[in-house]
This record gives sequence, structure tokens and C-alpha cells, in this order.
Amino acid sequence: MADEAGKHIGEVLLSASNISLSFGAVHALTDVSADIREHEILAIIGPNGAGKTSLLNCINGVYHPQKGTITFEGEPRADLAPSEIARQGIARTFQNVALFKGMTTLDNIMTGRNTRLGGNFLKQALYWGSYQRDELEHRVLVEKIIDFLEIQAIRKVPVGRLPYGMQKRVELGRALAAEPRLLLLDEPMAGMNVEEKEDMSRFVLDVNDEFGTTIALIEHDMGVVMDISDRVIVLDYGRKIADGTPDEVRANQAVIDAYLGVSH
Amino acid sequence: MEFDPFLYIQALFDGLLAGIMYSLVALGFVLIFKASGVFNFAQGTMVLMAALTFVSLLEMGWNILLAGAVTIAALVLLALAIERVVLRPLVNQAPIILFMATIGLNFVIEGGTQMVWGSDPHSLELGDPYASFEIGPLFFNNNELYAAVVAALLVAGLAIFFQKTRIGRALRAVADDHQAALSVGIPLQTIWVVVWTVAGIVAFVAGVVWGGRLGVQFSLALLALKALPVLILGGFTSIPGAIVGGLIVGASEKIAELLAFDLFGVGGVENFFPYLLAMVFLMFRPEGLFGDKIIERV
Repeated sequence: MADEAGKHIGEVLLSASNISLSFGAVHALTDVSADIREHEILAIIGPNGAGKTSLLNCINGVYHPQKGTITFEGEPRADLAPSEIARQGIARTFQNVALFKGMTTLDNIMTGRNTRLGGNFLKQALYWGSYQRDELEHRVLVEKIIDFLEIQAIRKVPVGRLPYGMQKRVELGRALAAEPRLLLLDEPMAGMNVEEKEDMSRFVLDVNDEFGTTIALIEHDMGVVMDISDRVIVLDYGRKIADGTPDEVRANQAVIDAYLGVSH
Repeated sequence: MEFDPFLYIQALFDGLLAGIMYSLVALGFVLIFKASGVFNFAQGTMVLMAALTFVSLLEMGWNILLAGAVTIAALVLLALAIERVVLRPLVNQAPIILFMATIGLNFVIEGGTQMVWGSDPHSLELGDPYASFEIGPLFFNNNELYAAVVAALLVAGLAIFFQKTRIGRALRAVADDHQAALSVGIPLQTIWVVVWTVAGIVAFVAGVVWGGRLGVQFSLALLALKALPVLILGGFTSIPGAIVGGLIVGASEKIAELLAFDLFGVGGVENFFPYLLAMVFLMFRPEGLFGDKIIERV
């Protein structure tokens, strides 16, 4: 993928350097450094409990690492709340679909526009002069996303009624609506059948290709990971044990040991 | 017993007026439920706290506007404190945990209010409580009409606020999933402070209106119980639902009382009828008249 024509991986967009995160005596992340470069698809893999989601959670501000710094767009970042980080252009999806279940597909994706409204929250709440006009503008983009993800048919359906695979797709749509600089996907294909995985892989590649969005994703399906990612980093027991192209990682002895176990 | 149709018409109007006042109390619940998916057990106590603060300041000889402003300031402080101390540490917890927290909150507010203002009942007189007028054979109490007008204005204002601004969708999002709301950039904490403040102000209005009727005393907090059937009828998430629910509860309990007396010669039906009605609703339409549909996948 990486050497395909037209795709050029750019500067470092986000860089985590030496971050450590622990909960009491549990070390979720120890001294992890990782770069995410512009326009790339980076896969984060590792056995269960390796700290993959913790890493994403540090990047989007759910957790604040006790040590280390995160640099976004060249500037070291203070400890911000997830909503502030969302406003800086980092959108994400969750392992266990976190959609607004009572709301329709359309409304869910509209909430993704929230970071693009400008002004602070109170100003938005109190000023409704241009509400209708704004709403229309945002609708145009949201409808494009709905077309792109091929979910026109479920536009008005409350997402709680949708099958799981569709919910994952709506969640991707909501993240896309923010027009993020960096898109974090936490197990976008978990629990999907082969066909749904193929669809989702295609959407991830298309998002990366058409919008140039930088993507960091966690995935367990090695076939998918090796197919779609430009680079892979591997975590094990909260430490980074490998970082490289899919082929390099596949051949890495430490990675094989982490997945298959070592004989003592 | 002779059947008197005017008695029923009078009861209907009395009931509707009382109903609007139930709606006022129910409205506070709806606001917080919409914004956090949590049933706020402390709403009734907030009514009491606001009314008692206001009436105590008046009795100390404060100007009515100043007393009102200070009461509202106290409610803003309360909202800030609740967000910081109770809600923020409980982000992303199950609704039942937040509900339990509001039970604790209820007693803290009640105790705090008692500590500051004591537990004596106060009377709150706004205008002549007995002023009334007649239309044909029907009597209307002026104060009750004023209260109804105030309630109607408040409700209309809130309905516009939630429907004509983007805050409506943000609120539903917050109520549905905290983590997801944060990830799309909705500032949870600001929303909570705003909503608890607005719910506090609604409680204040309810407290003044009811306090004028029943006196400002600790039993005001029990008004919350009257709001329950209103919420079940109207739906926990709907502002218009709180109004319609209040009207139905108010009117039907008065009519039921009269009817039971005329037919069977028994009284006291008024006290349990709304709950009976609510139970029937729970069986056939658990989301209420206007609430969000309950979605279930089997």
C-alpha cells in the first residue's frame, strides 16, 4: 500500500513520547513512544490487555498519562478534556459502539458536526438567528457522508434498532462528520462477518484515500491489518515491542513470541 | 345526591389550574432527565431550598428583587457545586449510580437548608390570597391564575429554547452516552451546569407558586411525588409532555373525586387516582404520551 502511486506519507502529525500510564499498581502503558504521520494508516496491535485502547484513550484525552508528552501538530499538548481535543480535530470511534441509541442515524452523524460550529457552547445555545441556515449547511456535508457510507436507507432509523455492523458504520460516519485531522478507530471490525469486514476495510481505505485523513486503528484481524495499514506498531504488556511495515512486523521474533508465547 | 354539572365544570377548571402547577414541578425533572438520563431525586428538595431561601430573605426585610436575585445566585452556586462534586466524578457511570447520588444529594440539600434557615414553616404572601372573580357560576382565584400564566410563560420559553437552538440535540446526546458526547466535542460539564441551573430556576418558580398556596415548609419537598404520575403520563423526556401530563393529572383527579362521591359516596379518591392512571399508562404506553420511543432489540 505504502508505495502506491499518489499516496505520500507526510510529516509527523501526532507524537507520543515516553508516555506511561498506570492505574494503581497496574501499568497500562510503560514508556511508549509512537509517531503518527500525516495521511498514513497506522495499525496498533497486540494481545488482549496490551494497552492498545489505553494508548488511544491518552491520545483523545480520556486518560492523561502520568509521564511523557503528546505533541499534536508540532505543539506539546497540555492535559485537555476529550471535548477540547475533539475540537482540535481528533475524532474517534469506540470498541463497544458508543452511539446515541435513541437518535436517528442522521441526528447521530449531525452531532459529529458539533466541533465545527464555532463560538462557544453558550453562544450557540443563546443565538439562534442563523440556526436554520447553519443547519442546512451542515446537512449538506452530512448527507455526503451518508452517501459515502452507503447508509441512505437507514437515515431516519433510530440507531438502537440497527444491526451491529451498521451501528459501527454510523459511528464511523459521526467521526467523519467532524472532518478530523486524525481519526482513531478502536476495533472498527470487531464482531463483524467477512462481508461486513470487507465493506469496512474499503471505507477505511477510501476515507484515507479521498479525504487524506490520517487514521490510527486498533484491530485484531491480522488479515485486515496486514492488508490496509501502512505501518504497524505492536504493544505487549504496555510496552511497544515493534514498529514497522506490515512485512517487517510479521517477521519480528518479539511479535511472534508475544502472540504465540515463548517456551521457557 | 343531586347531579350538578357546574360543579364538574368548576372542578375541571380548578384541576387544570392545579395541573399547570404540577407541570412546573415536573418540568424540573424533565430538564435534568433530558440532559443526563437521570431521575433527579433531589428536585423536590431544590423546590424547598429555593422557596425557603427566598422567603427567609424577604422576612429579613430584603427587597423582593434582591431576594430573588440572591436566591438565583444560590441556585447557580448549587449547580456548580453539584457538577464539580457529584456529576464530574461519575461521568460514564450507569444511570442507577447517578440516581443513587441524587438521593444523597437530596439529604445534603435538605440538611443544609435546615441548617441555614431552620425548620419553621413560613407563609409567603404575594398579593391577596383570597382575591377572586366570577364568570357566571364559576369562581376563579386570582393568584392561581397568575401562577398558571407564569407557568405557561416559563414552559413556552423553555420549549423555544430547546427546539429552536442546537442545544436540544446536544442534550439528547449527553443523556444517551457521556463518553460519546465528549468524543464529538460536546462540553459535558458546561451543559450540566447550565441545565442544573435552569432546573434550579424552575424549582424556584415552582417553590414560590406552591409556597404561596401551601406555605413554605418542609412538606413542599413532597411535591416531587405529585410530579411522578405527571412524568409517567407525559414522558420523562418531553417538555410539552410535562404540561399535558400535568393538565391531565390535575383535571382527572378532581373529576374522579367528584364522580366517586356522586356515584358511591366515597371520598379521598383524589389522592391515589393519579397513581392509578400512571400505572395504567406504564402497562400500555411506558414511554408516556410524548416521550422518546423505547427501543429494544431482541
